[in-house]
Amino acid sequence: MQTALRTSLPETELASRANFAPHARVLREERPAQTSGLPLSIRALRKSYGDNEVLRGIDLHIPAGQFVAIVGKSGCGKSTLLRLIAGLEKFDAGSISLGDAVKPEDIRVMFQEPRLLPWARVLSNVEVGLGRDRSSSDAHTRAEKALTEVGLTDKRDQWPSVLSGGQKQRVALARALVSRPRVLAFDEPLGALDALTRISMQRLLERVWRDQGFTAILVTHDVAEAVALADRVLVIEEGRIAHDVVVNTARPRERGSAELAGLEGSILSHLLSADDRT
Amino acid sequence: MSLIDSVSFPRSFRLPRLDGLIQWIVPLAIIAIWQVASVTGFVPTRVLPAPSDVMLAGWKLLLSGELVRNIWVSFWRASIGFLIGGSIGFAFGLANGLSQLSSKLTDTTLQMVRNVPHLALIPLVILWFGIDESAKLFLVALGVFFPIYLNTLHGIRTVDPQLIEMGRIYGMSDGELFRRVIFPGALPSIFVGIRFALGIMWLTLIVAETIAASSGLGYMAMQAREFMLIDVVVLSILIYALLGKLADSASRVLERLMLSWHPAFQKR
Ligand SMILES: Nc1ncnc2c1ncn2[C@@H]1O[C@H](COP(=O)(O)OP(=O)(O)O)[C@@H](O)[C@H]1O
Ligand SMILES: [Mg+2]
Repeated sequence: MQTALRTSLPETELASRANFAPHARVLREERPAQTSGLPLSIRALRKSYGDNEVLRGIDLHIPAGQFVAIVGKSGCGKSTLLRLIAGLEKFDAGSISLGDAVKPEDIRVMFQEPRLLPWARVLSNVEVGLGRDRSSSDAHTRAEKALTEVGLTDKRDQWPSVLSGGQKQRVALARALVSRPRVLAFDEPLGALDALTRISMQRLLERVWRDQGFTAILVTHDVAEAVALADRVLVIEEGRIAHDVVVNTARPRERGSAELAGLEGSILSHLLSADDRT
Repeated sequence: MSLIDSVSFPRSFRLPRLDGLIQWIVPLAIIAIWQVASVTGFVPTRVLPAPSDVMLAGWKLLLSGELVRNIWVSFWRASIGFLIGGSIGFAFGLANGLSQLSSKLTDTTLQMVRNVPHLALIPLVILWFGIDESAKLFLVALGVFFPIYLNTLHGIRTVDPQLIEMGRIYGMSDGELFRRVIFPGALPSIFVGIRFALGIMWLTLIVAETIAASSGLGYMAMQAREFMLIDVVVLSILIYALLGKLADSASRVLERLMLSWHPAFQKR
């Protein structure tokens, strides 16, 4: 199967090319059936910390329900972009728009650290994710359902300290999912996990994304993970989106296939060549 | 710190049946040796009365009602002083941990006052309050204030900022954030403060009652000294030790209940 690899294409052109691609139909079928996701539009977004210009004009459109991965060198501003999208920080210039009226519960973030409350049982930790609905009568049932989705029903009454790293991250995922978010942003959520746990977590992320149809934005330092999960990989360099790579490979994807490996190689060489220039 | 020394050994190192008893072997042995040493005249009873004499003195005082009355008075002073000093310390700890303004306003002053040993104030306190109840309560409260204040403040300041950010992201109000994140996060440190404060509470009370009181255990010991009743003096000291141990155990039980989530308190 052929993959589209384009450098710094305007997003609209890219989208239209994807539509002309022979397997565009396949791609659409792989998308979640009913898209609850929100589209995301970013225009000329800038952000500095003091003299440090981190983001120097980000332009980006993400269609509803797309799975986007963001890669780039450490310190290039991936987390900053994610935090701006999630509304955790203010930006200096530009705009971010997230479609129709957004409630706080519509956007959820998952970090590298699970950030569970050590003094709350697993189920109450998940209930935290309900936001303002925390005290509603169906809070328990909803939290239990989210725990089932991540396969941890039997741990509902445990303290977080007895869970493994992967299990903690799954509880954090359940907490993020319980409010049925329409945008889910991940900041290297699997960065601290061992290789095997990572792979099973990647499968889980892909599955819940397909089941629920939120728009997914995944920041990762692992290019293989990015091409395995995402519809599209963005490479950030010098505060801008330097490459916008569409991954058209059908799902479920075969890990380590020549196609994904080739794509991974070309993204890596972009990253490395940027390294040589500096 | 306290959380670390209560980490339990793996099961295999324990003698299960002796578990609760084992800690009493050494005190009991000391009492036995002491008794033998007194009876054989190795230690003159003018220096240290035999444990049996101490118990006898305790029995007599118990029958006369004097013992219970004095223990009650001391216990009451300790508790009220602890409650007053502890609440004020906790309130300042909260305020200065949560509010920059409050911290800027009062923290430096409090840190300065902390460097004055509170027992050095005894002459001044006697001038102010005489040997009234309020003198003892004031000293105990002052002694208890600082460990509670410092540890509450430290506990709140060291709550994981990532958890606080998480709470905000998930839409917690200020009150909810305090109740669900900040207070539970500060609790282990607050308990360290409570345990320190209990030690200081007894110490302060002993000194204050010995110097300026007309009732209580310290007063009982001083009276006994005047009449050369050495068995009563030793009895008072032992009761102080027992009460101190009791207070410490109570705080440990409470800690175990409230911090059952903490890995250090989890039984496997
Ligand atoms: N709160 C902050 N204050 C000052 N500088 C920051 C802050 N957050 C991030 N930075 C700086 O912004 C740059 C990008 O950081 P970040 O977005 O975390 O990079 P990464 O791509 O590794 O996630 C780094 O140089 C970092 O030092
Ligand atoms: Mg980062």
